[in-house]
Amino acid sequence: MNSAPETKGSARQLEAWLLSNTPTSRRHARLGSLYKGWLKLKSNKLAMLGLFILIALVVIAILAPIISPADPFEQNLGNRLKPLGTEGHFLGTDSLGRDLLSRLIYGSQITLYIVALVALIAPVAGLFVGTMAGYLGGWADVVLMRVTDIFLAFPRLVLALAFVAALGAGIENAVIAISLTAWPPYARIARAETLTIRNSDYISAVKLQGAGGLRIIVKHIWPLCISSLIVRVTLDMAGIILAAAGLGFLGLGAQPPSPEWGAMVSEGRKFILDHWWVATVPGLAIFTVSLGFNLLGDGLRDVLDPKDSGDE
Amino acid sequence: MTDSTNKEIGRQPSPYFGYLTKALGTLGSIATTMLGLLFITFVIGRVMPIDPIIAVLGERASKEAYDAMYIEMGLDKPVIIQFLNYIWDVVRGDFGMSLLNARPVVDDIIRVFPATLELATIGTMIGVVLGVPLGVVAAVNRGTWIDQIARVIALVGYSMPIFWLGLVGLLVFYGILGWVGGPGRIGIFYVDLVPTVTGLILVDSIIDGQWDVFWDAVSHIILPASLLGYYSLAYISRMTRSFMLEQMGAEYIITARVKGMSEWAVIWRHAFANIKVPLITVIALSYANLLEGSVLTEIIFAWPGIGSYITTALLSADMNAVLGGTVVVGLLFVCLNIFSDLLYKFFDPRAK
Repeated sequence: MNSAPETKGSARQLEAWLLSNTPTSRRHARLGSLYKGWLKLKSNKLAMLGLFILIALVVIAILAPIISPADPFEQNLGNRLKPLGTEGHFLGTDSLGRDLLSRLIYGSQITLYIVALVALIAPVAGLFVGTMAGYLGGWADVVLMRVTDIFLAFPRLVLALAFVAALGAGIENAVIAISLTAWPPYARIARAETLTIRNSDYISAVKLQGAGGLRIIVKHIWPLCISSLIVRVTLDMAGIILAAAGLGFLGLGAQPPSPEWGAMVSEGRKFILDHWWVATVPGLAIFTVSLGFNLLGDGLRDVLDPKDSGDE
Repeated sequence: MTDSTNKEIGRQPSPYFGYLTKALGTLGSIATTMLGLLFITFVIGRVMPIDPIIAVLGERASKEAYDAMYIEMGLDKPVIIQFLNYIWDVVRGDFGMSLLNARPVVDDIIRVFPATLELATIGTMIGVVLGVPLGVVAAVNRGTWIDQIARVIALVGYSMPIFWLGLVGLLVFYGILGWVGGPGRIGIFYVDLVPTVTGLILVDSIIDGQWDVFWDAVSHIILPASLLGYYSLAYISRMTRSFMLEQMGAEYIITARVKGMSEWAVIWRHAFANIKVPLITVIALSYANLLEGSVLTEIIFAWPGIGSYITTALLSADMNAVLGGTVVVGLLFVCLNIFSDLLYKFFDPRAK
């Protein structure tokens, strides 16, 4: 009973400490600015909705074995194409009698898997190329940026299609194909950031202390590129999800019986006129998740990169 | 012009020399981009797990036939020579034979391309007509509920899987309501009624004066084009909004208001007049995106365009057709990109 006001008091203390105008240490200042960013993000209701959708996605993916009502692969031909709200099958069943809700729940794992892999590969590759080009300058810059421009000029989905055609269909190859088409914008951003950082005084100071090129790039340039990359990644995630779902829909991504959402739409397509929910429900899931990323990305951009948002 | 500037120009070889080197530089960068693009498709063609000879001759080809084909296809030459041969073929418009129907790939592409062009053009028109006013209205009413609605419309557009939207659109507007024509470019009774002039059915039927064919084609194109148009609307409206915000914050707008101009004139005659150039480049970019973004739409709507062509070829391992289609779409994409870039440089003195 007594503890409630006390924790409230300490929470207020913590807030005052975070919002302090005179930070006492580097970590204090960093936490404080993080907290201010969070407050700004929190005031954006749409961004909060996006964050909520993504947290729900992660929770569902982790708890999939516990919360899914049935085995997503178990077929029951006597029970096929049951409509929404059927006893025991809340979202109905597909053409092989598999529970759609369970397949959706397990499909969230695949979506997260693809998103996480691409989000790890593409920005890191772009960061590497961009900072190298920006820091080294000269010929290295010209060559690296020309390669980037070539990839940037290429239509992304068609390029991904051609890559998958060469590598073979499958979820890993889809990830590789999407990453190959996704890294150039990151390289552009990282290079632009590097060019503005390269000649600043603190880099000269580090150089005078005898730091080598690699050390300067990794420890002193990369950290400053991160925030603009994060915004870009969040905004890109929606496109990545849509690309992966598109590949799945074409039968070039995850292979059956995997409950990938795009492939599920494609399966349900044959029954769209009489059994609309089989194709519609997984499509709604794709839409919800990519909307979540877009909402959050839009809000993050306002917080981290105000010059870009057109607000304030 | 004063004497001193004349002297300065005189010291340089010629004022046109600068333009010439600039133009050469642009041409050079276009050429390297195109070369890079061809290099990528060449590599894709090389690493694919399909043996090109078996693909042509079949599994049971004799050893002699195999070896003869190996030499005929130039696979015995060094890779760099093969690459140069490939470039030479593409420059001549030779993408090889389609393995499916044994016809030159380039003929197929010429046949299917107008369908994609028609779809992307109508889509972009819809996107521009609706997207630009939406962006302007959102910018003018910045921060209000109107702005929020415009933002949500755009974000929903960014987030929607187009193949799903196409399916649902077909289900609702064709399956249930029956307002539009179904899949395909034209109803089955009108097939081949109009002589092909441009390949664009809408244009051809007008040339021929067959209005019933025209309206049937309209009823077929309106749904897929609207869906594609929604995507370019999302992009165009957001860009229009941010361009407009930049202008509306400028001082000359205040001056115009102080002079007592009507708000309408301030917005359209002053602010909007200044965003036309960047807007045109945005529209060119979104047009390029629709050309490739129509791949999934074409499949849903059984639209016989280049997207369907590439995908069908892909699923039947017809690599010549896939790579040929990819090169054509890629080249177009690059050209539109460069075009929008040049346009910007040409019209905007600051970019010089």
